[in-house]
Amino acid sequence: MNALVKDPIAWTDVGAVTDIPLRGSRRVPTTGGDIAIFRTGDGRVFALRDRCPHKGGPLSQGIVHGHAVTCPLHNWSIELATGEAMGADRGKGCAPVVPLEVRDGRLFLGRM
Amino acid sequence: MALKTPREKLVVIGNGMAGCRAVQEVLKRDPDRYHITIFGAEPRVNYDRIMLSPVLAGEKAFADIVLNDEAWYADNGIVLHAGHAVEGIDREARLVRAAGGIEVGYDRLILATGSDPIRLPLPGADLNGVVTFRDLDDVEAMIAAARPGAEAVVIGGGLLGIEAAYGLSKRGMSATVIHLLDVLMERQLDASAGFLLTEALAEKGVATELEAQSEEIVGENGRVAGLRLTDGRVLPCDLLVMAVGIRPATGLAKAAGLDVKRGVVVDDTLRTSDPAVYAIGECVEHRGQCYGLVAPIWEMCRTLGDALTGGAATYEGSSLSTRLKVSGVDVFSAGKHLGGVGCEDIVFRDAGRGVYKRIVLEGGKVAGAVLFGDAADGGWYFDLMKSGQDVAAIRETLVFGQAVTEGLRGLDPSAAVAAMADTTEVCGCNGVCKGEIVSAINGQGLTTLESVRAVTKASASCGTCTPLVEKLLKLSLGDAFEIQTGPKPVCSCTPRGHDEVRRRLVAEDLKSIPAVMQALEWTTPDGCSSCRPALNYYLVCAWPGDYRDDTQSRFINERVHANIQKDGTYSVVPRMWGGVTSADELRAIADVVDKFEIPTVKVTGGQRIDLLGVKKDDLPAVWADLNAAGMVSGHAYAKGLRTVKTCVGTDWCRFGTQDSTGLGVRLEKFMWGSWSPAKVKLGVSGCPRNCAEATCKDIGVICVDSGYEIHVGGAAGLHIRGTEILTKVATEQEAIWTICAVMQFYRENAWYLERIYKWMDRIGLPAIKAQAEDPQARRALYDRFAYSQRFFRVDPWAERVAGRDSHEFNPLSRRMEFEPV
Ligand code: SRM
Ligand SMILES: Cc1cc2nc3c(=O)[nH]c(=O)nc-3n(C[C@H](O)[C@H](O)[C@H](O)COP(=O)(O)OP(=O)(O)OC[C@H]3O[C@@H](n4cnc5c(N)ncnc54)[C@H](O)[C@@H]3O)c2cc1C
Ligand code: SF4
Ligand code: FES
Repeated sequence: MNALVKDPIAWTDVGAVTDIPLRGSRRVPTTGGDIAIFRTGDGRVFALRDRCPHKGGPLSQGIVHGHAVTCPLHNWSIELATGEAMGADRGKGCAPVVPLEVRDGRLFLGRM
Repeated sequence: MALKTPREKLVVIGNGMAGCRAVQEVLKRDPDRYHITIFGAEPRVNYDRIMLSPVLAGEKAFADIVLNDEAWYADNGIVLHAGHAVEGIDREARLVRAAGGIEVGYDRLILATGSDPIRLPLPGADLNGVVTFRDLDDVEAMIAAARPGAEAVVIGGGLLGIEAAYGLSKRGMSATVIHLLDVLMERQLDASAGFLLTEALAEKGVATELEAQSEEIVGENGRVAGLRLTDGRVLPCDLLVMAVGIRPATGLAKAAGLDVKRGVVVDDTLRTSDPAVYAIGECVEHRGQCYGLVAPIWEMCRTLGDALTGGAATYEGSSLSTRLKVSGVDVFSAGKHLGGVGCEDIVFRDAGRGVYKRIVLEGGKVAGAVLFGDAADGGWYFDLMKSGQDVAAIRETLVFGQAVTEGLRGLDPSAAVAAMADTTEVCGCNGVCKGEIVSAINGQGLTTLESVRAVTKASASCGTCTPLVEKLLKLSLGDAFEIQTGPKPVCSCTPRGHDEVRRRLVAEDLKSIPAVMQALEWTTPDGCSSCRPALNYYLVCAWPGDYRDDTQSRFINERVHANIQKDGTYSVVPRMWGGVTSADELRAIADVVDKFEIPTVKVTGGQRIDLLGVKKDDLPAVWADLNAAGMVSGHAYAKGLRTVKTCVGTDWCRFGTQDSTGLGVRLEKFMWGSWSPAKVKLGVSGCPRNCAEATCKDIGVICVDSGYEIHVGGAAGLHIRGTEILTKVATEQEAIWTICAVMQFYRENAWYLERIYKWMDRIGLPAIKAQAEDPQARRALYDRFAYSQRFFRVDPWAERVAGRDSHEFNPLSRRMEFEPV
């Protein structure tokens, strides 16, 4: 076995992958603001700060399609893996990505 | 005579795919170098494990899948201890101990123990009739239990589970696959291919239960009798197969003190942490990766054969591709088949042949592929992917496969088309070759795409070959040909227009979004935020009571039945039938406002009250209180019936000619809850003074002494539009029939997001008049509307107060102390 390396990231169990509907999203409220966790049609999960880079719309309320979400307020499309605005709005802003890991079907969010 | 040097002793643990292939690779290079001993836990010779599926299905016998028979061991001087599992390795003494007291010393040792199937630790997992799917014993156990008519449940919708279920159904059992996710083989397929697979399996008699989680195996007299799911259902079964994954068999290695993580750790020469011991196959972990398919194993065996005979080859890891072995269902998957950051998809669907292909490109190279229905080109895409070749030059034809692409390689597009052989198929759907199209163009003087479609059928089905057909026209006609544009496509996921989509989903009995996307050959895997809500509406409208609403394809307002505000809070507008309220309702509203500290209460332009700034988590509780006072959702968020504005009419007004308030209330009570392409607002005024502003509503009524004038097509938003008069009827009942008929005609015909006035501009008032004034047509439309209303005239708030979609309103977890990284 490896020597114990201290993981610099602390991981917190926030629920089961299946708690999020496919092509859907759930919020995790935190003292640092809401985090949106998305589950795409092919079963992958992503976490972003729940604030659209445009005017702060709650991305967790958008429509998830492919690996993107469309913001409910003014229809910006945000790429889930990077938080970047896509298409015509590319380069105009980014929703910060939050570290997320899946272990045995549970979701773990990363923090310092 | 020189003495022969004594042979080195090579011992192999595992008589499976990897172990025997490694021996073959050694023999091929240096047949005289080793004295070889193989231990196999299974009491039989080496066979092709992947062909156990066809054996289970009765398509092959065990004799057909033997890879190396007894003669092979004898001819090569190999000692086989079949049925003797190795129980320990003494690395110090360099010997292995096996069951039956056998001890054999080694100079080199190969671990090829494969992996063990995972058994879910469910209650009842040890009952008789619960099996895994790994070796011939498992297959024999399944065949023994497979009485025709008996029921089998397979847990796990991966490759193995599906092949097991298919095999059992071929043996006459009725088989059901239980899968945790809603996509079969999600590690290899995307949602579209997964959907097609589900359908194809159903046709072969294999049922699937998606998004189903097992809870307990129910037994009877020590034998399996059923599987209980977490939703409470019990699926009866006489045989239960667990096919939920594998775990590298590392027990021996661990006990011997070798470096083991997920698998036995090996370097690029397949050597473990002990230089005398090698490991290959599924039991190893190489560069952090464990494999569960044979292709990488063959590569490992080549390297190992080389390493054991003095060579310097190294193994650098493998790319993977998968095929499913279910007769008549071609499935192939490789690489980054789900795309990802910086990737681009090319999607091709051929509904006629049931084909779906998705090629993923990254940086101008093939990064992955999913093929369904026609997997013939799988190997070609896999080669392109592994070679990392730039495919920009063949991008246009890539998705059509190798034959088409190679025929055209290296030529500019029009020269390429000119160079195509006359026998090259252009239209895959209708099997039309280049020669037929060109001779039709020249022989019959065709000049348009439409006429080519009509005469040859080329490009008349999926339309994917349209660019090619257009190039052929251009080639034959020169500048005389101008590319014309068809109806406006629904969105960039499809070349098809709304009308075609609406018509075909009814005609072809399509009842889900994935079914529509396949049949109409969508060019993206999953649609987008434009087409998904449109398709969802079209299906809601076409199949009331039948279609399961896909809430994830609805805009947030319709998903949570409230209007999202700029700060992420919501507004709540209860219905106030015809704009009439009461002290009780107002009191209940006031109480809700106090209780939930709702910041703003406003009278809307639609004659009702808006509560603004409600927190999402509070919505169900707010609704519960409003429901308790008899109020229901006002659908202020819906592409559906919104308000019915009325004036006081004959009840109070000295000019009123009819009961305009009553008619408005009756209309709203009958029509509320209906979904429509865009919002619909009604107005009923008691006389031509028109205090309810009925002539700027989608449908309006002006009451006059002799009856009711029905108006359509008004709006007072982005555009100010006065209504047109549609017709005049004598009785209130007829007014209701006519309005519902117009509503239904609109629901069934307009394009998604097209308001009545825009729809009317497109189809013309006379078309609507014809329906409204023909008693039979009107009746039929009214009946369909009334039928649909049986399912939709329900309060969505009450349903959610009762717990539906609760995940929408509750955060995933409690509030956390959290500073994200
Ligand atoms: C609340 C209200 C304003 C008010 O404070 O009075 C309102 C609020 C909104 N209107 Fe309106 N409209 C309201 C009456 C109207 C009226 C007046 C009427 O109905 O008599 C009109 C003009 C009549 C008409 O519809 O033609 C009106 C024309 C629009 C339009 C332009 C529609 C068009 O086709 O041109 C939009 C934009 C849209 O729907 O795409 C719109 C969109 C909106 C939205 C939904 C914007 C949005 O997407 O978030 C606003 C939602 C606020 C909320 O959360 O409640 N609202 N809106 C009124 C609610 C009526 C109700 O009880 O349901
Ligand atoms: C039904 C089925 C269908 C499959 N279909 C495909 C497919 O279509 N494509 C594909 O690429 N792959 C497929 N696979 C996977 C493929 O068969 C495996 O990847 C491959 O067999 C692994 O080879 P291996 O030698 O590592 O393990 P195995 O072939 O399992 O060989 C390991 C052998 O070691 C023996 N053993 C274990 N421990 C001991 C011990 N202590 N002493 C002695 N012997 C021991 C085991 O009994 C076993 O016989 C399929 C697998 C199954 C079960
Ligand atoms: S007029 Fe504009 S700002 Fe006012 S409610 Fe309607 S959409 Fe919103
Ligand atoms: S806030 Fe997201 S698009 Fe405007």
